[in-house]
Amino acid sequence: MPERSEAPLKRTPLYAVHVKAGARMVPFGGWEMPLQYAGIVEEHRAVRRAVGLFDVSHMGEFEISGPGALAVLQPLTTNDVGALAVGQVQYSLLCYPDGGIVDDLTVYRLGDDRFMLTVNAANIDRDWAWVTGQGQGDCRWKNRSDETALLAVQGPRAEGLVGRLADTDVTRIGYYRFARGTVAGSAAIISRTGYTGEDGFELYAEAREAESLWYALLDAGKDDGIMPVGLGARDTLRLEMKYALYGNDIDHTTNPIEAGLGWVVKLSKGEFIGRTAIEKIKAEGPRRKLVGFEMVDRAVARHGYRVLKGGLEIGVVTSGSYGPQVDRYIGMGYVATAHSKVGDEIEVEVRGKAQQAKVVQTPFYPSKVKKG
Amino acid sequence: MGNYPADLKYTKEHEWARIEGNRARVGITAYAQEQLGDVVFVELPKVGATVSQMQTFGVVESVKAVSDLYAPLSGGVVEVNAELVKKPELVNQDPYGKGWMLLIAVSDATEVDALLTAPQYEEFLATAGH
Repeated sequence: MPERSEAPLKRTPLYAVHVKAGARMVPFGGWEMPLQYAGIVEEHRAVRRAVGLFDVSHMGEFEISGPGALAVLQPLTTNDVGALAVGQVQYSLLCYPDGGIVDDLTVYRLGDDRFMLTVNAANIDRDWAWVTGQGQGDCRWKNRSDETALLAVQGPRAEGLVGRLADTDVTRIGYYRFARGTVAGSAAIISRTGYTGEDGFELYAEAREAESLWYALLDAGKDDGIMPVGLGARDTLRLEMKYALYGNDIDHTTNPIEAGLGWVVKLSKGEFIGRTAIEKIKAEGPRRKLVGFEMVDRAVARHGYRVLKGGLEIGVVTSGSYGPQVDRYIGMGYVATAHSKVGDEIEVEVRGKAQQAKVVQTPFYPSKVKKG
Repeated sequence: MGNYPADLKYTKEHEWARIEGNRARVGITAYAQEQLGDVVFVELPKVGATVSQMQTFGVVESVKAVSDLYAPLSGGVVEVNAELVKKPELVNQDPYGKGWMLLIAVSDATEVDALLTAPQYEEFLATAGH
């Protein structure tokens, strides 16, 4: 993601903690964030094997409340907010009229007339302008991004760890559900969500509590083998799950249908921005699809590399790396629909050379989230 | 960090060369592997290929980055470290030993004069370097 050099990088409430821990800090979406602590591969495997702690406080949180909140959110988002019960979370999209994606987000129903939207860090300003510009009605918007810290605790040991520190029974929180409680004495929204494919929680707390919460989790998780995890492993973890990353795999030039996100587009819910365009794409069938592929030849696919078939360009790589758990070179990209079936042989152009790859079943690594 | 053996010569692109008679063994420095992070892929020339001083001879990729490799010296490639195909992490674990990349038959010994000594390389890292 290109960085505007004139704008100073923003920092999360845990910036000093990361520097002290020896993290390598890098610019990401306008933020100065930890790329890695011990190393990307080691951190990635710690999350799959035990538990990892992530600072994702750079994400944005918007609150909307009032009798008209639901009526304002429905036309803004693609998923059916009306189907959300209080205490439930929903993955959704904001779209432009042409079906291009403004952002992907999670929607929390905090109360009958109160919701929280969690948006991508790099898009906070644009999303804020978009939702408040479009979303008029009997409601109030509040941008709580600066005062909110967000820590993710992910991995098979996450439930036990958070459970020991929480004043609520976290085993009763289902997938994509949340509860309010305290964790290590800090008031938090305890949300059973994540971006790794592992069971785990995302904890929303007051920014001023971030540091004590961070250290309490690290301390209590010592015997579990907890590690702080940077954005590097966050990226490889989500890649192994084929979760889309805004700015890489989805953006204003991609639509939900070709991105494989049709499951969060509820055409039956009524009018919403982008509906007509998306309905048309769905009816005609997308001309390309976001697929997961694995390299057959030894090469690493990277964002922006061309996808070929018999020398002809048929698509583009949107994400690619080494998958530390699957121990293979994997990637995702948009490929012409005719070549997008599992098993289809494609090529990725790496430094001028066509390298063999094939479309594979995804996720690359089986999801361990606690569904149902 | 700070691990730069005195018997090696260095480039400003962070490769090292160990002169072994009229041959030179080549790899990347402790600094380079540290900066790259976990190395996950190494692309090397074939035995018999020719490399030229400060021209690219291959590519090293970490999880996040792709970097060119530059030949410290000119010559013919007489051996490549085939183990790096299966175990690229050796570059991180042992950059001056098991993480070596090429053995080249040096075609012009005077080229060595253009390389940095260990103290010069450390000086370079401390000042101009990066």
